[in-house]
Amino acid sequence: MNMTADAPLLAADGVPLAVKLKRAERRKKLRAALLVAPLAVFLLATFILPIALLLYRSVENPEVPAMLPKTVSALAGWQGQGLPDEAALGVFVQELTAAKDNKAMVGNAAKRLNMEISGYRSLLTKTVRAMPLDPAAGPLREQFVNIDERWAEADYWRVLRHQDSRYTGFYLQSSLDIKRGADDSLHMAGDDEAIYLKIFGRTLWMSAVVTLFCFLLGYPLAYWLVNLPTRKSNLLMIVVLLPFWTSVLVRVAAWIVLLQNEGLINGALMAMGFVDSPVQLAFNRIGVYIAMVHILLPFMILPVFSVMKAIPPTYMRAAVSLGSHPIPAFWKVYFPQTVAGVGAGALLVFIMSIGYYITPALLGGPDDQMVSYYVAFFTNNTVNWGMAAALGSLLLIATMALYTLYARIVGANRLSLG
Amino acid sequence: MKKMIQLAAVAAVASVFAGQAVARDLTVVSFGGANKEAQVAAFYQPFEKATGQKVVGVDYNGEVAKVKAMVEAGKVTWDVVEVESPEVLRGCEEGVYEKIDPKLIGGKAAFLPGTVSECGVGIFVWSTAIAYNADKLKTGPTSWADFWDVKKFPGKRGLRKGAKYTLEFALLADGVKPADVYKVLGTKAGVDRAFKKLDQLKANIQWWEAGAQPPQFLASGDVVMSSAYNGRIDAAQKEGKNLKIVWNGSIWDIDSWVIPKGSPNKEQALKFVQFASKPENQKTYSHKIAYGPTNKSAVGMIDPKVLPTLPTAPANLNGALGINVQFWVDHGEELEERFNAWAAK
Repeated sequence: MNMTADAPLLAADGVPLAVKLKRAERRKKLRAALLVAPLAVFLLATFILPIALLLYRSVENPEVPAMLPKTVSALAGWQGQGLPDEAALGVFVQELTAAKDNKAMVGNAAKRLNMEISGYRSLLTKTVRAMPLDPAAGPLREQFVNIDERWAEADYWRVLRHQDSRYTGFYLQSSLDIKRGADDSLHMAGDDEAIYLKIFGRTLWMSAVVTLFCFLLGYPLAYWLVNLPTRKSNLLMIVVLLPFWTSVLVRVAAWIVLLQNEGLINGALMAMGFVDSPVQLAFNRIGVYIAMVHILLPFMILPVFSVMKAIPPTYMRAAVSLGSHPIPAFWKVYFPQTVAGVGAGALLVFIMSIGYYITPALLGGPDDQMVSYYVAFFTNNTVNWGMAAALGSLLLIATMALYTLYARIVGANRLSLG
Repeated sequence: MKKMIQLAAVAAVASVFAGQAVARDLTVVSFGGANKEAQVAAFYQPFEKATGQKVVGVDYNGEVAKVKAMVEAGKVTWDVVEVESPEVLRGCEEGVYEKIDPKLIGGKAAFLPGTVSECGVGIFVWSTAIAYNADKLKTGPTSWADFWDVKKFPGKRGLRKGAKYTLEFALLADGVKPADVYKVLGTKAGVDRAFKKLDQLKANIQWWEAGAQPPQFLASGDVVMSSAYNGRIDAAQKEGKNLKIVWNGSIWDIDSWVIPKGSPNKEQALKFVQFASKPENQKTYSHKIAYGPTNKSAVGMIDPKVLPTLPTAPANLNGALGINVQFWVDHGEELEERFNAWAAK
């Protein structure tokens, strides 16, 4: 009998049972993987890949290294004073001449350099037009200064020397208001130029305010909906959801109509004699808050509602019948059970608010714009995709950091959509 | 790795758009509003009638980045685009536009100087000037100094959101002569001076972005005066609104046709540019909206009644200045960014 103790168990066809089980398990796993494959591919193509590209774009710096690879390495030996030596200038001339017919390449490099010093664009295109230079016609240093006096300034060469890598922290630094000084040291931008840190702070603050108001308005409404008879609560639910199904743009436009100086609300206020002149409600912070809270309210109401729906009303009755005043009973018995829904709703509203663009753009003034506005500005107006990507990346990182923090405090497993 | 990522992304995007690359109508992009209405009557409809080629009009607010994105992606859906002059130069230098042979439109000499370049053909001369509602202001402003004077003219003012024009106007208000504006603006101290002047007015500014907004703001009384494209004010006057233009201190610019590189309708696009540049069509356009023609022969065909409303009328050029294209090509990005920083404070 003891000889079977070490021998493997065999299935009917003589294959060890463990192997057979493993095979079956593998098949099952494969089938599961095949089932999720379409979704995985979809997510990869539409979500993960674009985000990876976005992060990559924010540090990519191909423009100048592509056009002047040898020049930037030749400039590495330059001392930072006066013009570079004739050999380096010779390389520069060669590469400028070679790039003469590739307008797109020159244009992109000129644009990149113009971000460092305004005016570099025309300096570079002008110099390319003057190519080729004849080395026999005199020292190249003089010829460059003859093309444009700016070549005599060390700053232009310093910026060029710094373009030696295909990767740069320039965009991310600029997005955090960090500038590079003449001695290559990093420092915070002055008051006139600093902008993005303030914008990030404003974005988070406005999102927090919107979340708070959504909670203050949404929570009682959800509570009321839960405690109404089903027929009435269904009807009211439709009223909550109806705007939810309408395009955001339409709703924002409707708010403009209502809130503007000659709009319905101001008209009514003036007709009833509450105010003499119109109250500024649109194109400022108030208008943005009103519209954003309105648009995002369903995202708070729905999770809170579904969590409340699952709470038996007997708990409250029990607390009251055991002698508690209804208010402490509500606070100590009912509210803690809704925290999961509130948490989920708040997180949804907050994260959606952070990325808001169209509502502040249409209903706000220049000092009500959030980060997305600047992403759009750099994408659409100045065609500076590095900056747009850098701002987007920082926004993504901030959102993820907040989510992690939030999950730590509230507990991710305690979030509930119902 | 990078190539792989790009290839995968291109493949993903391409598969979505595959099958859409069929022949489509000629797409002409303009600044919309009254300007587009005039273009439809003067260019689109006659062109359709003459060639049988259908024209689709699209509006935008000067976001040339879209053109660049299309050209870089090799998926050009705009065929002819109306752009402001710094954009002609900048885009041309970056290789975003097709070159246009001046012979096609009858040679450079047939046009006002500076209106035809390597990639662009001037459509019209337009101006940004002060406008006010004469029904609400009995005595209007006469200069940018008045525009800044909130004691004499209390109320909000409209300005185009952006550094271009705004900085020039601030310097004019601060007493800089039109001829010196770009010299002053070319220095750090000059830029600081312009922003300092803007600080004084900031609380009273209502920004606009689309050209159709200033006439609306003025008519509704949201602002007492505004910078505005002169043609939009003229259009509102034709609708019976009592709006007035102050030409002193106005800045004129030229809008041009460009053809995005790689447009599948390039042949038709060139034909359209050629057609729209003909004097008789430019004349029709100027009669519909008060912008001056670029074709010299069109200037003579303009109705004498229309002439004084155009930015090119000698009386209107008095105290006006032309935009410095090279200045904005070089300093545009830096100043727009600084303007944003300032506006967001």
